[in-house]
Amino acid sequence: MNTAPLLQVQDLRVDFTQGQGKVFQALKGVSLSIHPGETVGLVGESGSGKTTLGRVILGLTEATQGQILFDGEDITHASRARRRTLGRDIQVVFQDPYGSLNPARTVGDTLAEPLLSDKSLRTQDIAQRIAEVLQRVGMPADTAQRYPGQFSGGQRQRIAIARAVIAKPRLIVCDEPVSALDLSVQAQVLNLLKELQQSMGLAMLFISHDLTVVRHVSHRTVVLYRGDIVEQGDANQVHEHPQHPYTRALLAAAPVPDPLVQRERRAQFDLARQALAAAT
Amino acid sequence: MSAAATQTPNASFMRRLLSRPLAVVALLWLVLLLVLSIGAPVFAPLDPLEQDLLALKQLPSAEHWLGTDALGRDVFSRMVHGVSLTIAGVIEAVVMASLLGLSLGVSAGYFGGLWDRCVQQYVSLVQSLPTMLIMLAVLAVFGQAMLPAMVTLGVMGSAGVSRVLRSVTLAVREELYIAAARISGLSDAHIIVRHVLPRIAGPVIVQMSLFAAIAVIVQTGISFLGLGVAPPAPTWGSMIFEASASLNDFPWLLVPSGGVVALTVLSFGLLGDSLRDASTESWSRPAVRQSVKARQAIQPKDLPKDSLLSLRDVTIVTGTGSATRTLVQGVNLDLKQGETLGIVGESGSGKTLTSLSLMGLLPPGVHVSTGTAVINGEVIDLSNEKRLTQLRGATVGMIFQEPMAALDPCFTIGHQLAEVIRLQGLGAAQVQAKVMALLEQVKIPNPQDVAKRYPHQISGGMAQRVGIARALASEPRILLADEPTTALDVTVQAEILALLRSLSQSRQMAVVLVTHDWGVVADICDRAMVLRHGQVLESATVVDLFHRPQHPYTQALLAANPHSAKPGDVLPTVDDKLMNITGVAP
Amino acid sequence: MFKVVLHRLLMSVPLVVVVTLLTFVLNSLAPGDMAMTILGADGTREQYEALRIELGLDRPLLVQYLSWLGHAVQGDLGVSHFTKETVTSLLNPRLGVSVSIMVGVLVVCLSVGLMLGVASALQGGWVGRAIDAFSLVGLIFPSFWLALVLISVFAVTLRWLPATGYVFFSESPKDWALSLVLPIFSVAMYSITSIAKQTRDAMNDVMGRDFIRGLRACGLPERSVIWKHALRNAALPVVTVLGLVMIGAISGTVFVERVFVLPGLGSLAVSAALNKDILLLQGVTLYFTLMTVAINLMVDLSYGWLNPKVRLS
Repeated sequence: MNTAPLLQVQDLRVDFTQGQGKVFQALKGVSLSIHPGETVGLVGESGSGKTTLGRVILGLTEATQGQILFDGEDITHASRARRRTLGRDIQVVFQDPYGSLNPARTVGDTLAEPLLSDKSLRTQDIAQRIAEVLQRVGMPADTAQRYPGQFSGGQRQRIAIARAVIAKPRLIVCDEPVSALDLSVQAQVLNLLKELQQSMGLAMLFISHDLTVVRHVSHRTVVLYRGDIVEQGDANQVHEHPQHPYTRALLAAAPVPDPLVQRERRAQFDLARQALAAAT
Repeated sequence: MSAAATQTPNASFMRRLLSRPLAVVALLWLVLLLVLSIGAPVFAPLDPLEQDLLALKQLPSAEHWLGTDALGRDVFSRMVHGVSLTIAGVIEAVVMASLLGLSLGVSAGYFGGLWDRCVQQYVSLVQSLPTMLIMLAVLAVFGQAMLPAMVTLGVMGSAGVSRVLRSVTLAVREELYIAAARISGLSDAHIIVRHVLPRIAGPVIVQMSLFAAIAVIVQTGISFLGLGVAPPAPTWGSMIFEASASLNDFPWLLVPSGGVVALTVLSFGLLGDSLRDASTESWSRPAVRQSVKARQAIQPKDLPKDSLLSLRDVTIVTGTGSATRTLVQGVNLDLKQGETLGIVGESGSGKTLTSLSLMGLLPPGVHVSTGTAVINGEVIDLSNEKRLTQLRGATVGMIFQEPMAALDPCFTIGHQLAEVIRLQGLGAAQVQAKVMALLEQVKIPNPQDVAKRYPHQISGGMAQRVGIARALASEPRILLADEPTTALDVTVQAEILALLRSLSQSRQMAVVLVTHDWGVVADICDRAMVLRHGQVLESATVVDLFHRPQHPYTQALLAANPHSAKPGDVLPTVDDKLMNITGVAP
Repeated sequence: MFKVVLHRLLMSVPLVVVVTLLTFVLNSLAPGDMAMTILGADGTREQYEALRIELGLDRPLLVQYLSWLGHAVQGDLGVSHFTKETVTSLLNPRLGVSVSIMVGVLVVCLSVGLMLGVASALQGGWVGRAIDAFSLVGLIFPSFWLALVLISVFAVTLRWLPATGYVFFSESPKDWALSLVLPIFSVAMYSITSIAKQTRDAMNDVMGRDFIRGLRACGLPERSVIWKHALRNAALPVVTVLGLVMIGAISGTVFVERVFVLPGLGSLAVSAALNKDILLLQGVTLYFTLMTVAINLMVDLSYGWLNPKVRLS
């Protein structure tokens, strides 16, 4: 891409102190960039640091060392006030559709939250934006008056996506947005994310443990292992011609829904596992 | 969702509260007290201080509704006139405790850090104070006034209140919607008002009620000691003291003096409990297991010859009478030894319940209405919990979805394995040897070291291996695996699946694998059945199921799986129309 | 575990200082002082002033307190100006009485409270409700009122137990025990209820957890699941409440000792407060606070022993 990157992560290190002087290094010096209109898929297993990276970008976790640049501005240690205005540019979709919406507030109340900091909007404007965004994500118009408890997991996730896009942000961090959903609705939500990204020109950081799911929505893929980036590149390339043994092991371990193919892959997986053990 | 969900949460809360008769009675009593405290002379016209020396120590009569005391004073009148002091004292203490407890608890829970640590130190200090000694000291300074003592009580009580509110605030702060609100640009004050305060309103009122109960007792105690009030004003505490003086010949005085205190404390306590129950949407009693009478087992016809396990017509329901809901309907299943059967479905399909019914481990409130199991030729009705309990471990083993949660956090791994092995009646040395052997069979490195560890000291993958070892300890012929790898990383999953495969082959164990992941089915299952809304839609060998699915739902589900889709523009989805199709494949 | 003990002892120092300072300041602020109470109405002004200087009451409060603290650390708690005996000699004989009551309350509370709580949790239906109702008795009646009722029934009417008075263990173990039965139950009723409720809630919570299902699935007998595994896990929150309940019981002894006329620290506290005998009151406060420290320490140790996560860190 020739345009300047929207988000740049430079040499990010995040350490967590665990009492008695023990330090856990969640991220050990990670660099990546996201360009406008691009989806970067971030893949890793538990302990890889992928969630931590998302949280640092969102301002929920403090960086120990390194820089985060958004549109050229250093936001690594942005003030609380700056973070609040950043909320219009950087938004989030979380994994848990049940925990990410306050059950005691109507959907409309929740959707209005990202717009509250914009003093120029009147109540009617907000109501109209809510109606528009609900239509955009394929939810009926009366959704705004109802409570999250009345919707299924997939529907709630669509509401969460509506909340993420209502303020017309430039970057959305999606932290495992389909992992907690039934298979039958995963495809719907993935399609929605892709469609919104294309029509609104959003940049996305798509975090997941599932390489196959990531491939469907990402332009580029970054693979994290224990706080380090082990591979990054074009999504299709990484999926079809993985270079690093860990990526290969990850691909080989994921079972394919085809019993005959899977039988062959089992043998391949054993080989890949041995190679990884030799490399680390 | 039911119609009740369309009401605001607060409206349904009030409805739930007022539907409990005890809560209503308690409220009424407290309102009565409030009225009496304001208008005592109206309700008790007799002078509480007037001594009628001709009518000493009288039992209740028409003129003196609760009798008279040792000085001939009307007991009922004294009681009513004492209400205002009690109510005033309670209000003073509760207001102090709530305000202080609220500000400390919420701020500590929400902001955390150094402030939180300071508050916690302060709270444990205050909770360690000997209450009565401090009260005595305060009363020594302000002898005849109740207010300073009650305010002090409030300060001391605020410690307990703040503790509860802090943990509620912490729980709210951890919720994802708080993080989303922060990201959306809401200030802390805004978040507290909008999200935290509504959530703690319930616990605050509960704590206020419970503390009010304590305040009544302490206040009564202070006046019992003769402190806090200038004599001869009537107080509930002094009435108890007068009762103690007449204990030998006129114990009746104990009844009204203690009774009125008890009723008031009880009302506050009941109110607090009812509020807590109403706000948590659950009753304080857990749903108790219904004991179902074991039905006579019916020998099923047309059983495959070599089946190790067969289930026929399993129907599982919840609720009774008109509120019965069917969760699983007419499930049939056959399994040979050494074979792995997958039960695949989405959430709510009833796949887990089917496996739990075979163990007799259904959750409370859920039971089997019909169902027959044939294990090794023996016919057992699934309502026969006694027989199913006997089969646990030695005939049918089970592993669960959350491996860490399936282990007792208070005992070492080795201890928990040994416990199960000992059921077979082996000696101590043999038990130890078998523990090591089992850990090695599930390929755990350093078994001696791991056996000494506690569950919180091992990883999820290792915990699942331990779970498998424990299930194998009694050498079952059938293993039920309920989503055993869902909570694990994909690389760890591959190893666990490989382990299950090899164990099933080497021990010729029959395995029932419950999962929502089609890849897992393709990996280790020989046959599989598709469950949806409690019904079996299709059952076939794995190759047939994937390559030649018969039921439209199965076809749609397989097609909509992102893992089978070709990388392109749009993923195929399961049509909403299709979601309503039922019926079994031909 | 050693770290747990050390931490608790370190935390106890500010507790002792705060409590004794607070009571000292409050009691010193009370109207009328020791000199006035000793002299009575007849004393002249000069005698009063002289007595004040002799008692050290003319010094600033903080200096008085630090002086007391300095002596206390060496074991000298001063001399009561009413009885002319040393404070320690007044307190020590009474310590045994109060400790006897507290230990009795602990034993009764643990045994009866735990049993009721477990029974209430496991038995749904009317048995559980009956237990709840019975437990309620201790919660809603003040301990001193219960004491009076118990006296009225068991001492006055049935004459099984003594109404008032205390017999030292050295004189007659049997009478010592009898004289303690009613006082212990009066204090313990509230504690039993709290422990029963907490145990019930903790057991209900534990019985719903996954590992209980896991244990049953292995074929472990139900009695082992409940009494070994569930109770062990439920004990953790119960132990925390037990500490608070025992500290509350200390306050309960103040009332009960008065009703039963027991020569313990509680009844002494009340009379010392009424007489404005500051040094004696300080001594009682110190003893009570040390008892609290001991209770907290036992709670910490029990918690550490029960919870492997604490024990191993």
